[in-house]
Amino acid sequence: MRDPISTGAEWTFELIEQYHAEIAAIAEEFGLDTYPNQIELITAEQMLDAYASIGMPIGYSHWSFGKHFIRNEQQYRRGRMGLAYEIVINSNPCIAYLMEENTMMMQALVIAHACFGHNSFFKGNYLFRAWTDAEAIIDYLVFAKRYISDCEERYGIEEVENLLDSCHALQNHGVDRYKRPNPVSMREEQERLKEREAYLQSQVNDLWLKTVPQKSAEQERAERPNFPEEPQENILYFVEKNAPLLEPWQREVVRIVRKIGQYFYPQRQTQVMNEGWACFWHYHLINELYDRGRLTDGFMLEFLQSHTNVVAQPEFDSQYFSGINPYALGYAMMTDIKRICVDPDEEDRAWFPDIAGSDWQQTLDFAMRNFKDESFISQYLSPRLIREFKLFSILDDEEQSELEVTSIHNDAGYRHIRQALSNQYNLSMNEPNIQVYNVDVRGDRSLTLRHVPHNNVPLADTSSEVLKHLRRLWGFNVRLETIGIDGEVLSTDECAA
Amino acid sequence: MAQLIDRRPNSKGKSTVNRQRFLRRYKKQIKEAISEQISKRSVTDIDSGESVSIPTRDISEPTFRRDKGGVQEGVYPGNKEFAPGDRIKRPVNGGQGQGRRASDSGEGDDEFSFEISQDEYLDMLFDDLELPNLKKNQLRKMTRSRTVRAGFTNDGVPTNINIVRSLRSALSRRVAMGAEPRRRLRELEAEFEQLQQTVGVDEARCLELQQEIEALRLRLRKIPFIDTFDLRFNNFVQRPEPTAQAVMFCLMDVSGSMDRETKDIAKRFYILLYLFLTRSYRDVDVVYIRHHTRAKEVDEEEFFYSRETGGTIVSSALELTRDIIAQRYPPGDWNIYAAQASDGDNWNDDSPHCQQLLAKALLPQLRYYAYVEITRRDHQGLWEHYERLLDAHENFAMQQIREPADIYPVFREFFRKQAQ
Repeated sequence: MRDPISTGAEWTFELIEQYHAEIAAIAEEFGLDTYPNQIELITAEQMLDAYASIGMPIGYSHWSFGKHFIRNEQQYRRGRMGLAYEIVINSNPCIAYLMEENTMMMQALVIAHACFGHNSFFKGNYLFRAWTDAEAIIDYLVFAKRYISDCEERYGIEEVENLLDSCHALQNHGVDRYKRPNPVSMREEQERLKEREAYLQSQVNDLWLKTVPQKSAEQERAERPNFPEEPQENILYFVEKNAPLLEPWQREVVRIVRKIGQYFYPQRQTQVMNEGWACFWHYHLINELYDRGRLTDGFMLEFLQSHTNVVAQPEFDSQYFSGINPYALGYAMMTDIKRICVDPDEEDRAWFPDIAGSDWQQTLDFAMRNFKDESFISQYLSPRLIREFKLFSILDDEEQSELEVTSIHNDAGYRHIRQALSNQYNLSMNEPNIQVYNVDVRGDRSLTLRHVPHNNVPLADTSSEVLKHLRRLWGFNVRLETIGIDGEVLSTDECAA
Repeated sequence: MAQLIDRRPNSKGKSTVNRQRFLRRYKKQIKEAISEQISKRSVTDIDSGESVSIPTRDISEPTFRRDKGGVQEGVYPGNKEFAPGDRIKRPVNGGQGQGRRASDSGEGDDEFSFEISQDEYLDMLFDDLELPNLKKNQLRKMTRSRTVRAGFTNDGVPTNINIVRSLRSALSRRVAMGAEPRRRLRELEAEFEQLQQTVGVDEARCLELQQEIEALRLRLRKIPFIDTFDLRFNNFVQRPEPTAQAVMFCLMDVSGSMDRETKDIAKRFYILLYLFLTRSYRDVDVVYIRHHTRAKEVDEEEFFYSRETGGTIVSSALELTRDIIAQRYPPGDWNIYAAQASDGDNWNDDSPHCQQLLAKALLPQLRYYAYVEITRRDHQGLWEHYERLLDAHENFAMQQIREPADIYPVFREFFRKQAQ
């Protein structure tokens, strides 16, 4: 017997609350652990605003956000771009923005997708748990915005803008990959601020002032240890702590950009999983709601249409192809894991002996908590999915005149394709490996970076621009060495004053 | 329980600051783009914003990125005919997937184009000039009377009869005048009818009734269909109104000595004047007169973009202006403005004649005459003769413009006097 919550397409606040409550009840039965939700209704213009600030609910002012805003607005007005139905913020409470234009069905879908799918992922996944602090992020963003506008008042917009430009250029290299950063919160941040400024300055002074040259330069160069002793991959952190000429407020700005980059780092590593998890759950939650007679058939058809669009994967030769759709891959993998648990066949038992036939909710929960895209794919991508997606790998070696098809979806190729796809999502293989190698502490104070190319993939020519930005931060000459396989320096790019 | 917040009433301009930052940062490029476009734009086209393109490479945000090349392996969906070991020719542009992904990060398009609003456009156009609050500069306006409808009256000339209203009042008069007799008539007829039915007709009473009925019918027939009393006339009154129309004469020397830069400056000046006039008047006509030794009325296109060689006789343009005013723009009906742009050259014997023409024929008819000399050189003969007009005619002004930055100050100087 059908007893639908609503029948029309129009949403109201009462209906949204009712849908949320019903979906929440089902989600709890499935054991989804979430932060409390804060649902905010916004207009299309506000959605464009949210886009421009890369989803940060509160952002400091910078021209690049204006650029993104203008670009999006332009495309949206010309009809070249649809807007996302929602944006969700990894915070506690979990903030989800819903668009005013959505139908009731879409609002329910978005609630299931964002407020329960993404929300539980943020709360459960190890990367988010380790690297971000959902409790404090909003406070921190408020602090950052205020701090930067204070700086603008005190030191001028242009000065701050230049500094931010330089920091943004290095934002991707301001991330700690292996050690957990301290949690951030506004109050502590402000309390520590004064203390830290004084301390940092004294540290820097220490480093530079105590280095009085004693031996001859040549001898010295041969003997002395590198500074830093070990190469540092977090360039921004290194700058923040060691750049000789930065003012305390400038160090603080570097730190802000670094912290925000750090906050987004897990999102970049879990796109497939995060979207897959959210799609999987919106599909299951809505279906469950339908099975209980709370939705109309019309609602369901509309839902299925949207759902299919979201998880569609165009083939490589389609005009709509733009890489592998993380929604499609993620959703297919999550669904496939459930299938392997519930209804395994011979192949599954051979490939996944430990999960075939196990409890699917526990298995999925485990997968969601303990992996990132790269490891998730290499762990769970099944031969059946490779066949369904008809995946094939192409090797592009610039020394060959032609591309080579290395593997296709057959017995011989499964493992190779799985590995290649996993690598594709491995940020450390896709971002150039550049580390701080040495500072000429007793000489001209120049900074040397080393780039170790992976598979001979060169750096894009934007790198010399980035070096200029780094030079601005460091204050002295900056050099980028490209290292060959045997550790020899292949080329040097220098940015001098 | 979820917290539900309606953010829609919040301001939507969260990105305005960032947008302004962007415009501020790329002011130079945007101004260049606008300078190029000003030549494509009509003087009278000031109500819209402008679409601006600036090169993407100028606004890109560099990061360390991997380039194409080396050994790269990618996985793609939708295999149809490939088998391991197949070799494919390398597609131009580096393959589908990679190529498009790169464009997300801001590469790929050569031009970054966007719209700016009218205000932003004017700001950029008259950069550093800070457009004045033009409304404060209320001009003394010509007044003329205009006929406007003013309801209806009971008397007037036959041409103004309002037929509907007249017939309506005739109808109500007929209803009013006939009501009493008609009621009486109905009563008598009923009585007469009853009398006929009864046995033993009262003949005398019947006759009496018949006569009375006849009299009433006659009385009803005598009510006139329409009476002079019914007539209604449309009423018109004359109301004095400020003239809402203005004409702006653009006079420009197009002899060989006027180069493109000079014309651009002149164009900006005309745009500013036009903008100023449209704030004060409803309709603004623009008349373009160009001259070398002979003057000619032309359209905007020809005005700014055709070049002539030869000497310069300014009076020819003044004469033509005078003639056009006489033919088409009676000074009683039009607020007439004229702006003359020139590099100052004139045939020497002509300058006194110009002075005469302006003083006698033109200035008495004009609201304002502005002369701009666009040159970096010293003043020429024309300037000296014009200078003599300044004291006697307060609606005459002249200024020199040396470079684009002078345009607005000069403009303000022109209109300062009238603001008082």
